[in-house]
Amino acid sequence: MHDNHRILKAFRAAFPLTVPIFAGFCFLGMAYGIYMNAAGFSPWYPFFMSMLIFGGSLEFIAVSMLLAPFAPLQAFIVALMVQARHIFYGLSMLEKFRGTGWKKPYLIFGMCDETFSINFTAKVPEGVDRGWMMFFVTLLNQLYWVSGATIGAIAGSMLSFDTHGVEFVMTAMFTAIFMEQWMKERLHYTAIIGIVATAVSLAVFGADSFLIPAMAAIVIILTILRGPLERRGIT
Amino acid sequence: MTFTEQIITIAMCILGTMATRFLPFIVFRGPHAPIYIQYLGQALPAAIFGMLIVYCLKEVSWLTGTHGLTELVSIAATALLHLWKRQMLVSIAGGTIFYMALIRLIA
Repeated sequence: MHDNHRILKAFRAAFPLTVPIFAGFCFLGMAYGIYMNAAGFSPWYPFFMSMLIFGGSLEFIAVSMLLAPFAPLQAFIVALMVQARHIFYGLSMLEKFRGTGWKKPYLIFGMCDETFSINFTAKVPEGVDRGWMMFFVTLLNQLYWVSGATIGAIAGSMLSFDTHGVEFVMTAMFTAIFMEQWMKERLHYTAIIGIVATAVSLAVFGADSFLIPAMAAIVIILTILRGPLERRGIT
Repeated sequence: MTFTEQIITIAMCILGTMATRFLPFIVFRGPHAPIYIQYLGQALPAAIFGMLIVYCLKEVSWLTGTHGLTELVSIAATALLHLWKRQMLVSIAGGTIFYMALIRLIA
């Protein structure tokens, strides 16, 4: 009884945080389902792929890999490159995931961009179990994504309302989270490093291959500036 | 591609994704991560969120159409809304509605 109360309380704290993701994932997930349907795959493909890969951009790329000649090693390398940013998320969550017990493997498995962003920034209300709250954020987000993809694959072609521009919800979310982080910090060097390094990398390497150089640049710059940043107190 | 080859291709995508998600937790499984990694854990998040905003803009065509102005103005609107109200939901919903209205007005 006491345990149920604790779990329910964590759910109530987690749900509102995931509402913006609900909008974004239903839309993007449906777009993915429609795309797979148009490429000639049965709804089982987006269902299992959205559930087990659970990483939006790679799932779109996987469609074209499934249509190309069989190249498993290449698929693995593409997956590593596209998803490399998740290594950053893990490094940032090492401490926050400590002591979450059996939920930890699932929290790591389900840590997509949006789930990481929420779990990293969310303030855990007084008396709410942090592990359970992060668990529900992860679970709800995954539920939205898998439902969106599956519904899109089954019924996508029948729907026709003007949702053009809804995808901006992801940009708006990262902007709001960036601002929240910005307002919490005294100094903004690392935030600026992130934007400038990525923007320069995008300009130099183009949309298909800028993320790895951007991440390398961020780590190198942060490593070089470690002394001065730590002296001033980075956070 | 045969069905088995499809399954293997999908499995490779899962494996690659999970490698990047689990790697830090497997490498630094001790009670305390090395000091340098702890530093990165502190310094990275702000940089990551900056990176993710730029990442969302990767498909914007800067040389044609509105030259990315609709996106940049909407990001500014979202940021200002957050500075003003500091309510995550208000900023996200407001920013998205602003963008959807803007592209309809301009197009």
